[in-house]
Amino acid sequence: MSQMYDKCMQHFQNLQSELNKLRIDILRAAMNSKEGHIPSAFSILDILYCIFIDTEGKKNSKDRNFKFILSKGHASLALYAVLARANYINETWITGFGQFNSLFGGHPDRTKVQGVLASTGSLGHGLPMGVGLAMAQRALGVGDKVFVLIGDGELNEGSNWESFMIANHHMLGNLTVIIDYNLSSHRAVRQENLSEKLTSFGFSTSSINGHDHNEIFFALFEKNDNFPKAVIANTIKGNGLSDMENNPAWHHAIPSNEQYLAFMKELQK
Amino acid sequence: MRQQFCKTASEIIRSNELSCLLLGDIGVHGFRDLLKEFPLRAINIGILEQSMVGVAAGYSMAGFTPIVHTIAPFMVERALEQIKIDFGYQQLSGNFVSVGASFDYAALGCTHHCPADISILSDIPGVNLYVPGTASEFEQLFHSNWNNGGLNYFRLSENTNSTSYLTVSKMHLVKSGKLATVIVVGPILDRVLEATKNLDLDVIYINYLGPEEIDFFEITIKGSRLVIIEPYYTGPVLQRLSSYIESNKIAIKQIGIPRRFLTNYGSTEDHYVNLGFTPEALYQEIVNFIND
Repeated sequence: MSQMYDKCMQHFQNLQSELNKLRIDILRAAMNSKEGHIPSAFSILDILYCIFIDTEGKKNSKDRNFKFILSKGHASLALYAVLARANYINETWITGFGQFNSLFGGHPDRTKVQGVLASTGSLGHGLPMGVGLAMAQRALGVGDKVFVLIGDGELNEGSNWESFMIANHHMLGNLTVIIDYNLSSHRAVRQENLSEKLTSFGFSTSSINGHDHNEIFFALFEKNDNFPKAVIANTIKGNGLSDMENNPAWHHAIPSNEQYLAFMKELQK
Repeated sequence: MRQQFCKTASEIIRSNELSCLLLGDIGVHGFRDLLKEFPLRAINIGILEQSMVGVAAGYSMAGFTPIVHTIAPFMVERALEQIKIDFGYQQLSGNFVSVGASFDYAALGCTHHCPADISILSDIPGVNLYVPGTASEFEQLFHSNWNNGGLNYFRLSENTNSTSYLTVSKMHLVKSGKLATVIVVGPILDRVLEATKNLDLDVIYINYLGPEEIDFFEITIKGSRLVIIEPYYTGPVLQRLSSYIESNKIAIKQIGIPRRFLTNYGSTEDHYVNLGFTPEALYQEIVNFIND
């Protein structure tokens, strides 16, 4: 029993160390360019890690075919960090991010970056495209899952709700919508009772801890039925840095040099 | 022209497994057999134009060439950002076929008018704009270009010309003369030919506006006077002549749909008459310009 506990603790510590390395890459990129939505990136880091990296810590294998759209494109820092970890791109993205001739902008560009399927940035575009992708997979007779990650603030956009209707009508069992529920919507039109709303739209809905990898893996890869799926991932905006967590001041802010050094110390502990 | 679209698009869907058709709850009756025959590729997606364009982009990402169809203002104005970003910016290929043109839905009023469609879409880099003058021209243009890998917009019109220009050319010299050059776009050619039948001038007909400038390599603007006549808001042709204009001193007159809400009802022809698109009114405008 204690051997199993030690093994679990070791795995957890290794995982946190992995994630902190990605957070450090994100901070470095943001500091270098003075650009980036760091807290939004941190809130989805665990989800992206689970999608692109399998449980053995390796790049997700080909027999788990999937398509992924990051609809909340301003969280691109997290996507680049994970794509680099998964060997879609190399670490030059860190110094290139946001630079004039760089491939890596504040919002991802599908024509520039391998692993980026959609050039998002304007909210509300990713899910309709994901619905179209899911419908196209079916027309092609291909079994790829389609994941679309949207923000709860992004749910203000009506095109998402149009897409929920389409997905339900066409019974897109190969579509999973992941909602990064980090309470961004609370300063505008609050998205509450999401589970009931999405269930009423015909989705198979679950609510998880968006930073628990077991829960993420099960919700995304193990749950199979014929209905489109909605995974409400309860997350912490700025997760991983105590001063950033749920602190709206950090939404599009870049740390000062002193703050950066303090953050790096916290992540390197 | 709508019937031709139905026939041509159906042929394509039947013969090409990587084509798909998305209807915005418009034209459903005409495509009813196709919708039953190909439920995964010919779909009435519903009255949600922004998502319709996004869904089409998703199909395009997967390797399909989508054909999207609804009424012009809902496609172009309501879903403009989706056309611009999901297709233009992402360099995805797709075909947008609108119905209604400037005011073909005359009796329904301004909510169903779209005289701005060509000028709005002109500002999306890389877009191909097709304004066929006849059903046959539409068939030729669509068959030749639907799978060209680009972003294509086809403007169906109720009004059509009596003669089709089907030779592959970006410009057709329909009439020759010396005093001026008239460029006319799409399905208003007949009324312009009637207006200019006794005038000594060139009439050039075009039904395609591409992203690049119009190549005037073999054309001279006669009398250094150019009249541009368009069945929508003016500007798109002139936009594509800027290099020529910089190098040549010419006088230019643009005739098009005026930039105001057309709040009358009636028919398409009622509007054309009211706006001075009769042969008599066009004749007078051109003569005044030449003599000025």
